[in-house]
Amino acid sequence: MRVLPVLLTAVPLPLFATPRGRAFFSTDSVDGLLFILLSLVIILLIVAISLKVRTSMMRTKNTAKPPVFDTTRFNEYISALSSKSIDAYLTLKKKKQQKESNVLKALLLVLLTGGAYSMPVSAQQIDAKPSSLLQETGIIITLILLLIPIVAGVILMAVKVSALIRRRTRETNLEEATAFADYLTDPHDPVIEQALEQRKKALAYHLHNSELAGNADAEDSRGLVSNINIHTGLSVVAQKQRAKPRPAVDPALSKLVMWYLGCAAFWLLFGTTVGEYVGIKFVSPDVDHLSWLSFGRLRPVHTNAVFWGWASLGMLGLGHYVVPRVSNVPLASLKQGRWSLILINAAVLLGSVSLMAGINNGGGEYREYIWPIQLLFGIGLVITLYNFINTIAVRTTKEIYISNWYIVAAVMFALVISVVAYVPWWQDGLGETIVQGYYMHQGVGMWFMLFTLGIVYYFLPQQLNKPIYSYSLGILAFWAQILFYTLIGTHHFVFSAIPWWLQTVAIVGSVGMIIPVAAGTTNFIMTFRNGWYKIASSYTLPFFLVGIIFYFTGSLQGTAEAFRSTNLIWHFTDFTVAHSHLTMYGIISFFLWAGIYALVPRLSGKEAPQITVGAHFWLALIGLLFYTIPLMYGSTLKGIMWIQEKPFIESVIMMAPYWLWRAIGGSLMWLSHLFFAYNLYRMILGDDTTDVKGAAIARLNQSYSEIESTL
Amino acid sequence: MELFDNHKSLYRTAFLLFVILTLFVAIIPAMNNQRNNAPLPDAPVLSPAAVKGKALFVSNGCVACHTQQVRNVDMDKKWGSRPSIAADYADNHRTDFWRNTATLMGTERTGPDLTDIGTRQPSEDWHLTHLFNPRIVAPASVMPAYSWLFTEKKEAAKNDVVVKIPDEYKEDGTVIVATLQALQLVAYLKELKQVKLPDGTETPAFLYAKKPSAADATTGAAAGAPEGTTLYANNCQSCHQQNGEGLKGAFPSLKDSKIVLDPEPLQYVNIIMNGYDGRVSEGYGVMPAVGANANLSAEDVTAIMNHERTSWGNNAPKVTVEQVRKYLEEIKAKGTK
Repeated sequence: MRVLPVLLTAVPLPLFATPRGRAFFSTDSVDGLLFILLSLVIILLIVAISLKVRTSMMRTKNTAKPPVFDTTRFNEYISALSSKSIDAYLTLKKKKQQKESNVLKALLLVLLTGGAYSMPVSAQQIDAKPSSLLQETGIIITLILLLIPIVAGVILMAVKVSALIRRRTRETNLEEATAFADYLTDPHDPVIEQALEQRKKALAYHLHNSELAGNADAEDSRGLVSNINIHTGLSVVAQKQRAKPRPAVDPALSKLVMWYLGCAAFWLLFGTTVGEYVGIKFVSPDVDHLSWLSFGRLRPVHTNAVFWGWASLGMLGLGHYVVPRVSNVPLASLKQGRWSLILINAAVLLGSVSLMAGINNGGGEYREYIWPIQLLFGIGLVITLYNFINTIAVRTTKEIYISNWYIVAAVMFALVISVVAYVPWWQDGLGETIVQGYYMHQGVGMWFMLFTLGIVYYFLPQQLNKPIYSYSLGILAFWAQILFYTLIGTHHFVFSAIPWWLQTVAIVGSVGMIIPVAAGTTNFIMTFRNGWYKIASSYTLPFFLVGIIFYFTGSLQGTAEAFRSTNLIWHFTDFTVAHSHLTMYGIISFFLWAGIYALVPRLSGKEAPQITVGAHFWLALIGLLFYTIPLMYGSTLKGIMWIQEKPFIESVIMMAPYWLWRAIGGSLMWLSHLFFAYNLYRMILGDDTTDVKGAAIARLNQSYSEIESTL
Repeated sequence: MELFDNHKSLYRTAFLLFVILTLFVAIIPAMNNQRNNAPLPDAPVLSPAAVKGKALFVSNGCVACHTQQVRNVDMDKKWGSRPSIAADYADNHRTDFWRNTATLMGTERTGPDLTDIGTRQPSEDWHLTHLFNPRIVAPASVMPAYSWLFTEKKEAAKNDVVVKIPDEYKEDGTVIVATLQALQLVAYLKELKQVKLPDGTETPAFLYAKKPSAADATTGAAAGAPEGTTLYANNCQSCHQQNGEGLKGAFPSLKDSKIVLDPEPLQYVNIIMNGYDGRVSEGYGVMPAVGANANLSAEDVTAIMNHERTSWGNNAPKVTVEQVRKYLEEIKAKGTK
């Protein structure tokens, strides 16, 4: 189903260009309903086929002979055992020899047979008979209504069957674990024990500064080689380093952070699904004729959901980890953290619904939510600020780490700009426009950029395992950012009726932005110095690198756009849209993903499959480039056509292929978010019992403790 | 540094710096602007219907694609007769308890600027048809169709405003009737007109005017002559369509039109300048005074006429600027009588 949006955008004209310009999707359109019906049938077919495949898989699994395990594999497992595991095993074996008991084996067998074998389930299928009746809206709707529960049921069944298969796979693994345990407990094989004793000694070995004199042996007799890849053969993705185990984090804090990130991921999916749909509307404006889904209403739903839902919650989630961590104290209040989360989620939810219902604040970008809704967000930020400052106030470090400069300042400034944007005393006439220019740009620069930089100042050095290159550059960038960024808001209204001097100040400020951007980029790049090789073996650093590159190029592009001469060409075109995606997506989202992939495995002890992390990265990056580059090119042409005084409609016709490219790029980005959501799911909730050696030792430990308890 | 190691002083300093800068670049300029600008003396107040229409304009997010600002650059000339000034926006106040001021200047021009749309396109018929589905009148448009502002009826009631919709856009045997909301929205659009500056006020200039290029200079007499195709696209095409055939039942065809091909085209010039309502009985809409509204010169009118007289299979002799000038004077003389 993931390919569907790609298909939709790749063949939008034949699919959506319905004759007579009627809505493709509306309650009175037969075509749209037929399309839904067709989709449902296709879903049903796909699920049915997959059910068929799965059940036959299960059948073969169930009828297969008990597997014969390869003992050479066991040797590999042995060499990969940690010294703790060996200890556990050896003590166990000693005990067992004393007892001469057979309980162990029996227990293992009982455990094995405990899993219920379930009946293979046959797939249900349903056919929708095509006939002339399909021209009737009512009949199609009925068919759809009938199909929906059936599809739901079949999907549910598929889920159940795959759960069964998973369980079966797990059982097979456990069987292997049992066999391995048996192999280890075989009393007639002194070799194993010997090997293990040797291994234990090797692992207990500590350097004593005379190693170089020893006789070098190709064998790893001292247990120096770890992280062995026991699955040989060509790998689809390059093997990257796994997250290192870290000191435990307070489980309650972990839970809070993961809730933040989970909600953020939800809003990312929601917001970009809306964005994708809005992008499709450029290619196919008659895709629906419903007021709640019309372009003008959905566009702010997209922007606000990704701003206040995805990026803000993502930053705050990481912030709730970073702020106490660099202060070296626990978070002041977990409860307050939860309240912020609830309030912000409520704001985005209510805001999205109200915008679709046609209730908005008056058209200023990013302040489309009416004040009672944005107030919830504001209260959430006040609570966060209070919580963060209380945490920092009791820090055990003397200095305040630079991350906390950026993060706390971002929260303070976000509150200031919200107050300035929503208080009515200076909003009459052009006052509204001046405030709008200020607000929309400070929202980006003082809230998202500042906060994200704070996150990068913590996670980048941590992932590179070295300190930040220059603390002073970070401080310089901090003050320069405040000084220059605050001035640049009105560069969105160059040549408009707002005072000329204010426009000039904004342009000068935009040029001044070179200082903090260059300082920040230099700092990050220099932190990478002598550590570039680590990119190849890390799956978080590529996200950081892309973020840094876009931080430099995207921000300076903003400077370039601010000049009067470039405004002539690019102002009012889709260039602005491309720019905002290069920055909000290329910088903010990539940095957030980098932080999330670095942090969540620490909190949960689980990692995402590297192949899907890779898929997320590449789809997001390629999608972003497909999205922005054609759009920038097309917009430049558009600006030139306007200068040449070509009829307006010609510039619309000219943009069509570039809008199509935008939709294709957007689809790739959207697809990458599905991978991201899956990865997050694996990191937070995924199960990792498929690790045979870990399971074997756990099994032994368990049976051992059961023996103990029966004594 | 002590300052940086004390969280209170650090955050206070940053906060103050930001607030002071905010005061100077946002709050003080905003307050100055609202204090020092008043609506222009000639500026009309929006009618009650238009006020409701503006609310619809806001609630449907039209500002996402339509600006309402004529910048003081040459390329924006087509959107208004003068650059927008602060006074044009001075009459915008807070909408209500829940909603902020809506100046609707906009930052994206995916669709045309609407500062002066009421002058450029005063036809209610056109606006209603266009709102129902923009692709009826502008096939390449990507604007959403606002068909939910209309109702489909078997028969129109006495006071219903029936919208001129080609058959292929509606069910057979039905009529499309504008709802009150559609009429309000159109009322708002029709009232969007640039206000004349008071006499004696200096009109701000359009900057970056195009210099005549060397190529133009060498072509001699042709230099600076207006181009019929472009003028037609900008002023006429939205109704009469690119193929000149108009829209059946809404806007008449110019192809094989008696008036267009008239060897003595006095009436033709008059219609271009001052509009026409002679074919309303046949179901066609009233044509607005396109030429007068857009301030078309004799040269412009000549170019449009010659484009129309020689395109789409039309084959009438071209008119000269002198001829048109004569007709214009005649029309003017009649008008003043």
